Amino acid sequence: MEPVLDVLSWVAILSGLFFMIVGTVGILRMPDILTRLHPAGMTDTMGAGFLLLGMAFQTSDWMVLVRLLFVYLFLLFTSPIASHALARAALVGLGKDKAADQGGVSR
Amino acid sequence: MFFVATAGVLVSMTLALVRALVGPTVYDRVLAVNIFGTKTVLLIAVLGFLNGRPEFLDLALVYALINFIGTIAVLKFFEFRDLGRGREPLGGGS
Repeated sequence: MEPVLDVLSWVAILSGLFFMIVGTVGILRMPDILTRLHPAGMTDTMGAGFLLLGMAFQTSDWMVLVRLLFVYLFLLFTSPIASHALARAALVGLGKDKAADQGGVSR
Repeated sequence: MFFVATAGVLVSMTLALVRALVGPTVYDRVLAVNIFGTKTVLLIAVLGFLNGRPEFLDLALVYALINFIGTIAVLKFFEFRDLGRGREPLGGGS
C-alpha cells in the first residue's frame, strides 16, 4: 500500500508544481491586468489543489486530512472573490481602455 | 518528495515577486502579492510535512485568512481612498 500511495503523491505534487509554475509564468507574460487574472486563478485552483492532494496521500491522521480540506475549501471560496474585486477595482480605477490592452505591440 | 515541492513553490514565489516589482499599475502588484500569499500558504503546509509536523496547517489556514482580508482592504483603499466609507449612493441627493 505504501509504494502505491508514494507514486500517487509524487504524481499529484509534480502536477501541482507544473500548474503553479506555468500559472506564474503566465502572470509574467500576459499583456494586461484582466488577462493576468486567468493564470492567477489557475494557480489557486489546480496548483494548490494538486499539492494539497499530494500531501493528503502522505498522512494517516484524519485531523490532518480535515485541515487540508479546510485549507483547500478556504482557497476555493476566497480566490474568486479576490479576483472579482481586483477586476472591478482595475476597471473602475483605470477605465475600460487602459485596463484592457487593445492588441498593441507590447505583447 | 516534500523537498522537491518546497523548491518548486519557492521558484514560483520568486517569479511572482518579479511581477510584483515590475508591474506597471498598482493592480498588477496587488495581484502578484495575492498570488504570493497563496503560495506562502502552500509553503507553510509543505514545510510542516517536510519537518514531520503537520500541525503547521493551522498556521496555513490563518495565513490564508489574513491574505484574503489584506487583499480586499488594499483594493478598497485604492478604489475609494478610504477604508471606512463605502460608495456614495447613486444619484446622490444630499
